[in-house]
Parts: sequence; C-alpha cells; structure tokens
Amino acid sequence: MNYRTKLIHSGIDRDPYTGASSIPIYQTSTFAQPDPEHPGPYDYSRSGNPTREALEHAIATLEGGSQGLAFSSGMAATSSVFLLFKPGDHVVVGSDIYGGTYRVLTGLFKRWQLNVTFADSADPDTFRKAITPATKALFIETPANPLLNITDLKAMVQIARTHDLLAITDNTFMTPYLQRPLEFGFDIVVHSATKFLGGHSDLIAGLAVTRDESIGRHLKAIQNSFGAILGPQDSWLVHRGIRTLGVRIEAQQQTAGEIALWLRKNPAVRRVFYPGLDDHPARDIHLRQASGAGAVLSFELAGKPEVLRLLKQTKLALPAVSLGGVESILSYPAMMSHASMPRQERLARGITDGLVRLSAGLEAPDDLMADLEVALT
Amino acid sequence: MTLQLSTLLAQAGNRRDEKTGAISVPIYQTASFGHPGLGQSTGFDYSRTSNPTRLVLEETLASADGGVKGFAFASGLAAIDAVLHLFNSGDRIIVTEDLYGGTYRLLEKVFRPLGLDAVYVDTSDTEAVALALQDPRVHGIFIETPTNPLLKIADIRVIANMARKRNVLSIVDNTFLTPVFQRPLELGADIAVYSATKYLSGHNDVVAGAVVVRTPDLAERVGFYQNAIGSILGPQDSWLTIRGLKTLALRLQKQQDNALLIASWLKTLPTVRLVLYPGLPDHPGRDILERENSGFGSMISFEVDSASRISGILSGLKVFLFAESLGGVESLITFPSVQTHADLTPALRDRFGINDRLLRLSIGVEDADDLIDDLRSVL
Repeated sequence: MNYRTKLIHSGIDRDPYTGASSIPIYQTSTFAQPDPEHPGPYDYSRSGNPTREALEHAIATLEGGSQGLAFSSGMAATSSVFLLFKPGDHVVVGSDIYGGTYRVLTGLFKRWQLNVTFADSADPDTFRKAITPATKALFIETPANPLLNITDLKAMVQIARTHDLLAITDNTFMTPYLQRPLEFGFDIVVHSATKFLGGHSDLIAGLAVTRDESIGRHLKAIQNSFGAILGPQDSWLVHRGIRTLGVRIEAQQQTAGEIALWLRKNPAVRRVFYPGLDDHPARDIHLRQASGAGAVLSFELAGKPEVLRLLKQTKLALPAVSLGGVESILSYPAMMSHASMPRQERLARGITDGLVRLSAGLEAPDDLMADLEVALT
Repeated sequence: MTLQLSTLLAQAGNRRDEKTGAISVPIYQTASFGHPGLGQSTGFDYSRTSNPTRLVLEETLASADGGVKGFAFASGLAAIDAVLHLFNSGDRIIVTEDLYGGTYRLLEKVFRPLGLDAVYVDTSDTEAVALALQDPRVHGIFIETPTNPLLKIADIRVIANMARKRNVLSIVDNTFLTPVFQRPLELGADIAVYSATKYLSGHNDVVAGAVVVRTPDLAERVGFYQNAIGSILGPQDSWLTIRGLKTLALRLQKQQDNALLIASWLKTLPTVRLVLYPGLPDHPGRDILERENSGFGSMISFEVDSASRISGILSGLKVFLFAESLGGVESLITFPSVQTHADLTPALRDRFGINDRLLRLSIGVEDADDLIDDLRSVL
C-alpha cells in the first residue's frame, strides 16, 4: 500500500457498529461488563479507550512498530519511556535534544537516580565514548532543534547493537511520513504529536511506538499505571490530523525549501540551516535516512535588534512557541526554547543572538516571502 | 464576600470571557499562544504549561478546597504520580493499607523500583499511624478516607497534625467525599488529590485527576512536575469537568440521600451479611465524619452470604451497571476482588477483607425505589 493511502486507511478507521467513516469520540470513563466471568475488551478508559486505540493503532502502523501509545503530551510520552529504566541505569542522550527533555532528565529523573550523559550524536565516535557499563539506552533527535544537525540513524543502531542498548529517538520533526527509525533498527520512537502529526496547533499530545512487543507491553503497563493518557477528544483530533499529514508535509516542505533558497540570497541573512540545502554538512546522511528535508529551517541575522525588528514587522508568520502547524510560526531560540541556557553555553552550541527558527505552514510561499522581505529590509 | 461552596461551584468559569460575555468558559483547543511582542506574553505561551480552560478548572478546584493552587491531570493516577515525585529515591511513605488498587500498583510497580518505599498501615487506627510516624525515614503520609472498598475512616485532623509536627508531608485522596463533604486542607493536610473521573466530573464521561496544595512552595514544585512530565488534562476534558463541578453539591446530596436509604434497607436482608456505609449509626468511623465533615458520601460495600450468588447478582441487575469506576449520576456495581483490587496479592486481599463475597455500590441520582427494586430482584 502506498504510504499516502496508509495515512487514510491505517487499520481501525471505521466504526464497526454503525459503519461511520470516522471513529466516534468515546467520551466515557468506564464500560459496562456484560458477563462477570468474561470481561469485555474495554473496562476503563485509562486502560483502553476505542478512540485512543484507533490512534494508537494508526501510529504503530505508520511507524512500522508493534505497539502505539498515546499520551497527554510529548513530554508525557518521553517521561513514560524513561520510566522503563531503574535507579543506577545510565542513558546517553544527544546534546542538542529538546529543552523539555533536558529539563525532565535533569530536574526529575536525576532525583530517581537515572544517570544521563549528554553527548554530540552528530559525531558517533564522540557519542560512543560516553557509554559506560551501566548504560542501558541512547536517546537522540534528528534533525535536532534548532540548528537542524543530523544524526546518522544507522550508526546509532550499530552502537546500540554493539553495547546492547535500547535505541530511542524523537521523530517529531520528520514524522513517519518522511523518516521511519524503527525500520533502521531503532527500538522506540516518541513524538510530540502537538506538532506535525496533529498539525493544526490546536492540541497537546504525545505518541510512542515500540518495535518489540514485550517492550510495548511494558510501556503500555506504564501508561496504565502512571495514567498520563490522551483524552478521547484530543485522540480523535490527532487521528484526524494524520489523515492530511502527507499533503501537509509535502506542501510545507516545498515552501520551506523555496524559502531557504530565497533567504540565502537575502543580504540581511548570514546563514541558513536546512537539511535540504546543498551546503548542509550532513545533507547526504539525512537524505539517505529520510525521504525529505522537512518543513523547519533556521537562519541567522546580524543580532538581536535585527531579530526583534523581524518579529515585530512580520504580518503572516506567528511569533510563538511550537511548530508543525498549518500556520507558519517564527520563534527566537535565544529568548524562547533556549532562554534558560547560560549565554556562553548557548553560543558554544551555535545558537546565536541572531538565530531565528521558521516552521513553514500552508500559506502561499509567495505571500510568506513577500512578508519576510518587508520585515527583513 | 465569602461565598458558599455551592455558589462558587455553580458559577465556575462565569465572567471569564470578557470579550463576548459568554457565560460558559470557551474550550481553548489550542497548543500555542501568539506573543504580543518579544519578551511579552499574554500569560499563556504553550498549553502544556497553562491553558485558559484548564486554568478555570484549576482555580475552581483550589478555591473549593481552600488551597493556594490547583492542578488538573490526565487521570487520577497522573495526579497521584505528580505528588509522589515530591519524594526522593530512598524516602519512605506511610500509605493507607486498603487503598485503591491503581495507587497500590503505581507505588509497587513504578515507584518502588525507583527507590520509594511505601509502608502500608491501617490509617483508621490513629495509634498505629502515630507509631509508624516515629520512623525517622518517613517523609510523607498518603491517606485515603473513606477507603476503597471497605470505607474505613481516618481522622485527618489528628493525623495531619501529628505529621506536621514531624515535618512529614500529608496527602489525602479525597475522591470519595470531595470538598462538598470533606476539606482535607482545612483539616490540616498539605495536599488533596482526586480522581476527578469520579464525583467531581460526575457523569462517567471523563478520565481526569486533580491536585490542590496548601502552600506556595508545594504549588511551585507540583507545577514544575506538571509542566516537566506533561501529564496534563486536555481542554475538552477540562471543560467537561468544570461543567460537572457546577452540579457537584446538588448531585452529592441526592446521591447521599439515596445511599442512606439503600444501606439501611440492605441491612434488613437475610442474604446480606455485612453492610459498610459510613452514614449508618453503627459504622465505626461515623463519629469522626460527624465531627469533621458535612457528609458521608454515597459509596456502599456489602458482603453476601455466598460467593455463588455473585454471578447471578451481576448479570441480573437491570438498573445498576456492572462496570468499574464510581461517582457518576448512574449507579454502578463493582466486584472489587477481580476488578479494582485485582493487583493486590491474594494474601493482602484476605487480610483487608476484600473477599469474593464483597460487592461495592456507587449510588447515582436515580429514584431510590427503582434502585431498591432492582437490588431486591437479585438478592
């Protein structure tokens, strides 16, 4: 089946009782049990809800995994995955992961004695050196936020296999439409479904998919015990979003590519970071493991005054946190996603005071460029 | 002006939408919020951190319990999880022994492996609690009262006071009575937690959890975990819970009236051996509730004379639904030993008295005679 067809027909996409073409929103907490000796398929919505299950089945199919699970946020999905480990376990984590993941690891899991080393996953040799006898997993993101650095998925799987580690990746920026890490041998994929999968900036949701059934059962038990589930309304909205994932990503990626090329010619722009550009240092690696460059790019202006001017002048792109929606969003890492990082540390990572991130939406590319042109002049 | 709880609940979220005047707070189905300018915020940046619909619910919960801040979570267990993160690896906490099976599972399967040691105590025995509190390794006490399903009553005022003196954090799961009948923070506890799936939302249509805290320091710490772990309640379910809260006082009164009638009637049946309802004159915890609370709730547990009767009862009822959960407008019947408490070891179930003859009723707002007729037909 073509992947775009799969997005529409991922398995449970019809109500078995009425034939309704959309799964009903089962806004219920509990399910009546017809027979005390033979429990029905559902007993309590935290443990299983048909609307959530349709979404969980869809994401498992799309990522090519055995178990999909839906959580109340991307961070709830990521936190639930970290609950797979025990005190004293060690995890090697990519140094340019999402700030929220960094916060939960250092502010919460550290107190439960999960030890973490942050290492540059774009350089597999450096990354490998962080592994200790206590290491149980590696956790990476590619492309990473906000500089779109690329990590070689195959190299990571090789490291994981050699050292008997679980390989975990956050696939939010690419979605399974462009990149399917489980097919490369990764064990677990997590998503902030708030972004491209939901795609309309109208919900907060997280998803996790496991390749292996027994890890899937373990994570499902954690989902039920810890209870950070996604509600039926939001489950239904994510599932609805997935149906247009293919057309949205294609259009948003096309726009991002055009804007990246156009920005490169603009005299106010010093550098453009986008894995689709021929001068991106890891473009080849990226295109070997993903079928497109995605819809997020970053670019650098002279400094803070220039960024402030841009954000004030732009009429179309929304200055906000988040990405992946149908509306273009401009964000300023130095004052938003990376505000809590010390300036020297931030600069050392290349996140300068002039860096801006653009998530390309579904607006006409000409309108976006005309708007940016005015704001950059 | 100090308002009665019923007034505060009925008007939850009113006068919030200044622009349109909408009486009901809008469902802010949004992930992110545009910034008016750089370094400026409307007070809302990203819905995981704060969402206007969820905020109305959280503020209503805080004022209903007299706390400084409320938090809404994806489920009751997600709420309890956030509170348990206040402890550290190596800490020990005292926990009510016959507590909800889901909390037991969370403590044993998630937190024990992380190094949090739960010791189970009969918290209706104040002296046993006092003894357990002498252990210097104890950092917290987690009480469920009335307990599930045996409806034992703990003296929150006395226990919270003892805990305070020893610098031990006191947490009360107030799911069964809600602030309408029992206000743990006013009795001296530090934190109240809820499965809002039950009475607070009250219609068996939402899975949700809540936490209300007494101090700004606790508010900051729980707020950090809520945002960091991200186990938040979505806007639709937040709105449904607010909608449920508006009728909370009304529902609970009617449910309690029904429960008292049914419990008294059950006691007259030859096929029923034991009736547990805190509103009955012979219930051992009734005095504490009369002194400290304003109601007894609407949960009843009872033991029939023979286990062979259970299957016929569960399949023969026409008005009572055989389902997990409780606290909704519709009456439910549960078989604790195989449903809610299946995660307890058989030895623990035996010790607590959760046997294969025990049934639990959650009484709804139906007509009491219809409910009694339904039970009569199978008993």
